[in-house]
Amino acid sequence: MTDTIKHSLMFAAVALLFLLEGLTDWSFFSGSWNSSLVILNMGLISAIMALGVNLQWGFAGLFNVGVMGFTALGGLAVVLTATPPTPGAWSAGGPGIIMAMVMGALTVVAAVAATRFLPRGGLRALLILLILAVGFVIYRALFDPSVEAIEAINPALEGNIGGLGWPVILSWPVGGLLAAGAAWLIGKTALGLRSDYLAIATLGIAEIIIAVLKNEDWLSRGVKNVVGLPRPVPFEVDLQNDPAYVEWFAGFGLDPVLGSTLYVKLGYTLLFTLVLLVLLWMSQMALKSPWGRMMRAIRDNEVAARAMGKNVTKRHLQIFVLGSAICGIAGAMMTTLDGQLTLGTYNPLRFTFLIWVMVIVGGSGNNFGAVLGGFLIWFLWIKVEPMSLELITLLTSGLGEDSGLRAHLMENAAHMRLLTMGLILLLVLRFSPRGLIPEK
Amino acid sequence: MDFLNAIVALTNFVMIPAVAYGSQLALGALGVTLIYSILRFSNFAHGDTMAFGTMITILVTWDFQSRGIGFGPLPTALLALPLGIVATMALMLITDRTVYRFYRAQKAKPVVFVMVSLGVMFMMNGLVRLIIGTEDQRFTDGERFIIKARVFKEMTGLREGLAIKTTQGITVVTAIVVVALLFWFLNKTRTGKSMRAYSDNEDLALLSGINPERVVMYTWLIVATLATIAGVLYGLDKSFKPFTYFQLLLPIFAAAIVGGLGSPQGAIAGGFIIAFSEVTITYAWKKVLGYLMPENMGPDGLVQLLSTDYKFAVSFAILIIVLLFKPTGLFKGKSV
Repeated sequence: MTDTIKHSLMFAAVALLFLLEGLTDWSFFSGSWNSSLVILNMGLISAIMALGVNLQWGFAGLFNVGVMGFTALGGLAVVLTATPPTPGAWSAGGPGIIMAMVMGALTVVAAVAATRFLPRGGLRALLILLILAVGFVIYRALFDPSVEAIEAINPALEGNIGGLGWPVILSWPVGGLLAAGAAWLIGKTALGLRSDYLAIATLGIAEIIIAVLKNEDWLSRGVKNVVGLPRPVPFEVDLQNDPAYVEWFAGFGLDPVLGSTLYVKLGYTLLFTLVLLVLLWMSQMALKSPWGRMMRAIRDNEVAARAMGKNVTKRHLQIFVLGSAICGIAGAMMTTLDGQLTLGTYNPLRFTFLIWVMVIVGGSGNNFGAVLGGFLIWFLWIKVEPMSLELITLLTSGLGEDSGLRAHLMENAAHMRLLTMGLILLLVLRFSPRGLIPEK
Repeated sequence: MDFLNAIVALTNFVMIPAVAYGSQLALGALGVTLIYSILRFSNFAHGDTMAFGTMITILVTWDFQSRGIGFGPLPTALLALPLGIVATMALMLITDRTVYRFYRAQKAKPVVFVMVSLGVMFMMNGLVRLIIGTEDQRFTDGERFIIKARVFKEMTGLREGLAIKTTQGITVVTAIVVVALLFWFLNKTRTGKSMRAYSDNEDLALLSGINPERVVMYTWLIVATLATIAGVLYGLDKSFKPFTYFQLLLPIFAAAIVGGLGSPQGAIAGGFIIAFSEVTITYAWKKVLGYLMPENMGPDGLVQLLSTDYKFAVSFAILIIVLLFKPTGLFKGKSV
């Protein structure tokens, strides 16, 4: 059996899982096409995130555990581009905030310049401290009143700067750009660090990004959430009230409610599939190109690559930015799918480490592997709970209905997720370290 | 008088909490740093190891409380602590046997170990949540304060009160005892010396007949002890919640790296540096400045440099700055 057939069969097996989820309610399957499509849509987004991580880890060997931060920046992009502008917010605080940002940037530039150009010594340290302190005070003096002004505008609904009112699809590339910008800044400072340090630095930076978004209410409404984001697909209610659509659904033998919900979800599926295919094609092209070969050469032997005249630092920065941009796009898509930005729910286990499990299980270094891992692991992440409920019922069947242990396990079955993901990761690392679809 | 008031306020709101928090971080960072120097990888499962040890201690504490066993004015959890440590030691040894040993035999790259520790992190996190749930658990009992704010005010006649919680006192005393024991062990005993030799130069240590598996086993035992103690102290001082413990990983790593990964002295220094900066930068200085400045010049705002939600941001800003200027940390750490 050739590899191509084997790998196609793997994809077919995962596809079968999604089909069974829609077709049958046997065992842990729910027998609802709606549920199948919900998992599939998030699976598509997960596959895109996995592509981004694979680009960094599989191609270049960069250990980035800050995926969550870039995902959240993508979400912010949706708020900043697609929501309607808050009336009066720009005139109230816009100039002040821009001035403050410029001031902050100037302070950092001045401090960096002082570090670069002045001779070492206590005097320089003192001067840098002075620059930073004065800069900070001016920054806060400009920043605080503007923020207060913006947050005072209709705080129950808005209280943030609002967006540009562009079509929501445009926010996806913007999300990519925003994440890329952040990645460039982070890469400039942190990419020089060695293996483990880079991991910890990115983990921390992701936390910082989340902390900033949670607290800067003027920007993202923080933990008050932004709800009712515009959608690229029609609303279910509108479809149900449109006789043409109702008739069309009836043609398939569907009632209006089921028909409209499936129609909307399929709309998302179509859009996401399109994005995934484009990104997958681009990643494949990149992998096969001289650039991709150079990346793998750098990954496998940095010293040799340097000796061949390759600029390792620049290439690392490049691929770090590209991979993070993909995560940003996926983040924007996810926020669009949810229709809301809920910063309180961002958690590194779900948004960073789970993506890593996908890449490793699927096969790092292979784009198709990452995509397969994205679908498979996301399906399991959702389905482990019903699976473990069945398992617990089976295992404790001897204990009787009112057993305390059984009740406790049933109650906490949701946490089996993390346990299972850890187990899958450990088993794959041990017995098939190159993943389901290994790098060629 | 105002000057004294300012000092008391500063001690009460900044110094004491920071010293207690710093001791907890230092104990956690010591565990991370030991694993880094002996097993040569950054253990992402450390926060969850702390959570596991604390969870066992809490379960035993509940059992003791239901039987009416107490520890007088001290928290019952201190009695339960040894059992928590033993359980964590067992878990660490099982994990090492079933998971890490395979990769050691293969001489896998450090980054593979980090991946593996991610898997262990997921499993331990799931295990803790499965057993005790995700809720906040408070398990402190016994006397709450060593010095109460009201008593202090009556004693000194100052306007500011000074309160020291029992848990803060216990934290500092325990941390000093544990660190002293650890350094005695590393510097004086045969096993401790062989651990340091193994950490400095693996090949030479092997040549001189040190059994690597034994060194690794002792490392896990010590790490289990340190992690459980750190976790229980943190839980007593604040409260226990699995997710908070997972997040503690961040300041602990920051502390270990700032001090220099692989250096025990560095881990302690790093713990206090991180704790003090987190507390001072997120503290509202209005009160202290109000006492120090002339009557009419007191500050209007809270004079808080950053809101408390940014405390992780503070530890990482320090981490990044130290890494940029002194890549191996303040006390020369090692690199893989």
